[in-house]
Amino acid sequence: MEQIRIPTMAEFAATGEVPEVLFWVGCAGSFDDRARKITKAFVRILNAAKVKFAVLGQEETCTGDPARRAGNEFLFQMQALQNVTVLNGYGVKRIVTACPHCFNTLKNEYPALGGSYEVLHHTQFINALLKEGRIKVEGGGFQGKRITFHDPCYLGRGNGEYEAPREVLLKLDAALVELKRSRQNGLCCGAGGAQMFKEAEPGTREVNIERSEEALGAKPDVIAAGCPFCNTMLTDGVKHFNKEGEVKVKDIAELIAEASDL
Amino acid sequence: MMGQILFALLLIAAIALFTRSIRRVVRNIRLGRPEPINGRRAERWRTMALVALGQSKMVARPVAGIMHILIYAGFVIINIEVLEIIIDGLFGTHRIGAVLGPFYDFLIGSFEVLAVGVLLACVVFIARRAVLQLPRFRKPEMKGWPSKDAMIILVVEIALMSAFLTMNAADLALQELGDAHYPPAGSYPVSAGLAAAFGLTGLQPASLALIERSAWWFHIIGILAFLNYLPYSKHFHIVLAFPNVWYGKLEPRTQVANMPRITGEVRSMIDPSVPPPEPAPARTVAGAEMPERFGAKDVFDLSWKSLMDAYSCTECGRCTSECPANLTGKLLSPRKIMMDTRDRLEEVGKAIDAKGKWEDDGNSLHTRISEEELWACTTCNACTQACPVNIDPVGIILEMRRYKVMEESSTRPALTGMFNNVENNGAPWAFGPDKRLDWANDVNG
Ligand code: SF4
Ligand code: SF4
Repeated sequence: MEQIRIPTMAEFAATGEVPEVLFWVGCAGSFDDRARKITKAFVRILNAAKVKFAVLGQEETCTGDPARRAGNEFLFQMQALQNVTVLNGYGVKRIVTACPHCFNTLKNEYPALGGSYEVLHHTQFINALLKEGRIKVEGGGFQGKRITFHDPCYLGRGNGEYEAPREVLLKLDAALVELKRSRQNGLCCGAGGAQMFKEAEPGTREVNIERSEEALGAKPDVIAAGCPFCNTMLTDGVKHFNKEGEVKVKDIAELIAEASDL
Repeated sequence: MMGQILFALLLIAAIALFTRSIRRVVRNIRLGRPEPINGRRAERWRTMALVALGQSKMVARPVAGIMHILIYAGFVIINIEVLEIIIDGLFGTHRIGAVLGPFYDFLIGSFEVLAVGVLLACVVFIARRAVLQLPRFRKPEMKGWPSKDAMIILVVEIALMSAFLTMNAADLALQELGDAHYPPAGSYPVSAGLAAAFGLTGLQPASLALIERSAWWFHIIGILAFLNYLPYSKHFHIVLAFPNVWYGKLEPRTQVANMPRITGEVRSMIDPSVPPPEPAPARTVAGAEMPERFGAKDVFDLSWKSLMDAYSCTECGRCTSECPANLTGKLLSPRKIMMDTRDRLEEVGKAIDAKGKWEDDGNSLHTRISEEELWACTTCNACTQACPVNIDPVGIILEMRRYKVMEESSTRPALTGMFNNVENNGAPWAFGPDKRLDWANDVNG
């Protein structure tokens, strides 16, 4: 297969062209081994749909989400103002990201700092590509498989998006089984609010174990996630129950890319 | 005549006392940081109609929800009856509403049915707390006064409803005897049965009148007493639920509000030509100078809206029973955050009342809420979703974290590492910007 090129905003700017959308990769998507697979899957989808996209590359820096939620407002604003300067400098209008935390911060919190953009979660973007017929999915290997979806708090309860990920999953011709705690009642994976970067406080068990147990209870073939942090937490949880052989944790972008042989 | 004077005095005293309590609560809420609540009025009215008036979030738990709606409807409607009682009490009339004719029959009839509904719901609620022992009523923060408070409310409501029905039953018996003071008025689908069952119909007019009057006085004194109990109880939510929902957060749940003061500081750090912002002048609150702080050390540093939240909390624990931290045995309980905030605010209010002004007592919100609680929150907002009166415990948690981190430099060690990484590498992990595009080397892999 021919290597897909990843153009940067700087390259676009040099030619005077404007990309259709900026793909905000995020720190997890850039550095975390597991999350990088999601990034690549999404890029393959963008490529297949012939979306003219660009990334910031080295000019991207953490949105500041974990700093803000851990109470370090200074650090958050240092990051945010820096990002806003870069984004506005390129005249960015539309952003897509595979991370609900980046999505929330860019969409809801940057406007107060002078950065207003149309921000989409990648499940919303993929859903639109499917509806516009820019990509097609014919079930592929997931036909008839049991898939359950874990709602990311920052996408669902936080921003009211429950349907886009489900609409995309339905394209797989799989059996979508809902978890007992889903949509606005979804249970957190345990990573939000900067928990990803610290030891959990003492308790009787970890949140991701609780959530993974519930997800495994639905007897799925695949647990679908829409957030790199949820993905890590659930993957760990599935391993904890020694089920990694039977149950896969996959991002929606990975499922679509895989089903379409991208 | 004596009765009328006594009643008038009682009524005035009760209302005066209640007004004083309300003033105190308003004063306490105003100890908080000013926070302008932006427009979007139409949306606010709609939310209030839906959530407070329409109880839309209560039915997320159908049994409790329907029972609660019964009590709520009973409460609202029986207040019309209280209006009649007050007029009768002041002017020495009896069942003044009877002028409404058949409509009055309908009113009294529906009050009776509702009274039974309330009775039933209260019995179920008591059973749920005492016998079923639902986990969310058995959390540590519910020990002592909070659970007593809940029981008192339920028992008082049962007593009030029973008095109402007894009063009606005796009245009906007197009406049937053709007593001149008790002309036929009203319809009594429930108490008619009671009158027969308890043999009231066989009693002498004098005894019946005694029962009727006693029940009447018990009912109204009970209501006036209950009114004055409200400001000391979680039952205060019947007053505050409405404004609290109206002023509630309309932004996406996970959106954290900006701190403009810090924006100014950071701008001047990035660009030396931008002068640092003037430090905000200290606020004078209850005769004391309050320095402007980053985050919340005490109730004074919280937005007035957070303090109103604290007074609106019904201690129902719906937040806590959805909280992932609490579900996995961690110390955090969003309900406790609200109760602690209210308790601290009450403590501060009492001290101000005693001394005429605020003097630092060496305690703060952090005396009651531990770091372990604060650091357990995942900011998932399950609590704000679950709360039937749109309370936002996460706002308080975040303000307290801000104080810990920015004023005290106290955090969890791993978070310090994360802060350093973000500051130095622009990522929470120790990878520099030069590695950011490494994934692009093998996109097909
Ligand atoms: S936001 Fe925090 S307090 Fe609220 S439910 Fe989630 S973890 Fe619990
Ligand atoms: S904060 Fe809301 S959900 Fe939690 S106990 Fe109070 S009223 Fe109930």
